[in-house]
Amino acid sequence: MAKIIGGLGTSHIPAIGGAIHKGLQQDPYWKPFFDGFPPIHEWLKAQKPDVMVIFYNDHGLNFFLDKMPTFAVGAAPQYVNSDEGWGIPSLEALKGEVDLSWQIINHLVDKEFDITTCQELLVDHACSLPLKLFFPEGNYPVTVVPVCINTVQFPLPKAHRVYTLGRAVGEAVAAWDSSKKVAFIASGGLSHQLEGTRAGFINKDFDLKFMESLLTNPEWATQFSIHELVEKTGTQGIELLTWLAMRAALTVGEGAGVRKVHSNYHIPISNTATGLLALEKVS
Amino acid sequence: MVSRTPLPQIPGTNPFDGELAKKGYALNKMCFSFNSAENRAEFKNDEEAYMRKYGLTKPQAAAIRAKNVLQLLDAGGNAYYLAKFAGIFGLDMQDIGAQQTGMTKEEFKAKLVAAGK
Repeated sequence: MAKIIGGLGTSHIPAIGGAIHKGLQQDPYWKPFFDGFPPIHEWLKAQKPDVMVIFYNDHGLNFFLDKMPTFAVGAAPQYVNSDEGWGIPSLEALKGEVDLSWQIINHLVDKEFDITTCQELLVDHACSLPLKLFFPEGNYPVTVVPVCINTVQFPLPKAHRVYTLGRAVGEAVAAWDSSKKVAFIASGGLSHQLEGTRAGFINKDFDLKFMESLLTNPEWATQFSIHELVEKTGTQGIELLTWLAMRAALTVGEGAGVRKVHSNYHIPISNTATGLLALEKVS
Repeated sequence: MVSRTPLPQIPGTNPFDGELAKKGYALNKMCFSFNSAENRAEFKNDEEAYMRKYGLTKPQAAAIRAKNVLQLLDAGGNAYYLAKFAGIFGLDMQDIGAQQTGMTKEEFKAKLVAAGK
């Protein structure tokens, strides 16, 4: 059976890609963000995951409003990043783990999740930046399965539903007939709002409580409705749903506990509170 | 009308629901097309012709001409797609935040920094 080793959560912001491209990691504005990553690089070098399942949200690269799935699972041999409208250089393509994709798809449908399966899928910065941040030297040593959660068009799936989805993905991985080591990535949030007269809204108190809950009380955020989460975290802060899915995936298999490897929290990068978290599964 | 219990207002926030998705479809479809550099160039070459091609409504076209984000939102624009329109003009998220909140860019950036204290 496959071994679940842990989960990583990180904010994704298009401007991070621009900063990497320009080599600004030591610039005073960017340093507090990039300085969060070396302990995670060390952990990854020690743990050597083979596969990463990435919970993320598309930002209008692959999906448009003509067909907007609530949950979509990639089943492609490779996932290509592409121009998202700003002409920023594209990041490396990600290698797919197709057998695990179908293992997850079959299990999710069996658990009554109505998902969209994607044998072709363009991945935007939300999917490609975390790999670049976790493996800055490039040539990523992992394969991936992207799991996209709609955070663009309301109604969005409830926090509790996303938690259940994450748990089901974890079950699928734990039952996968493979000797590979698997980690989960959550790409999104934390609090931020880009549009409206509340643009620039950030809620440090809630973010810190949420991050703490992932360690000690993983279902804590499922008490809130989507409306309440938007109120507390902003219209784009709702991307924290991806973190909830990642944490839920760690609640299955041997040992339900986790230990914190590292965390970082910094305001602002662009208009966002940026969170970073690495949890190791304790078996 | 679909019946539902109205949710309490979140000041300055209008979640992009089915009503806005219907209202803003043409505008968002045009913005989605800006993923392509070729389409961005075509738009810049003749904005009016490009807007006609996507069938923008009068308020949507007026908001595009004015490059006014609050107007674009009111016309049904979605933040994730509008960002691609803003990118054509080299505007960053602080420019957009400042415009929507009536602040200077420096004031808006200071507000973000203050949120971290």
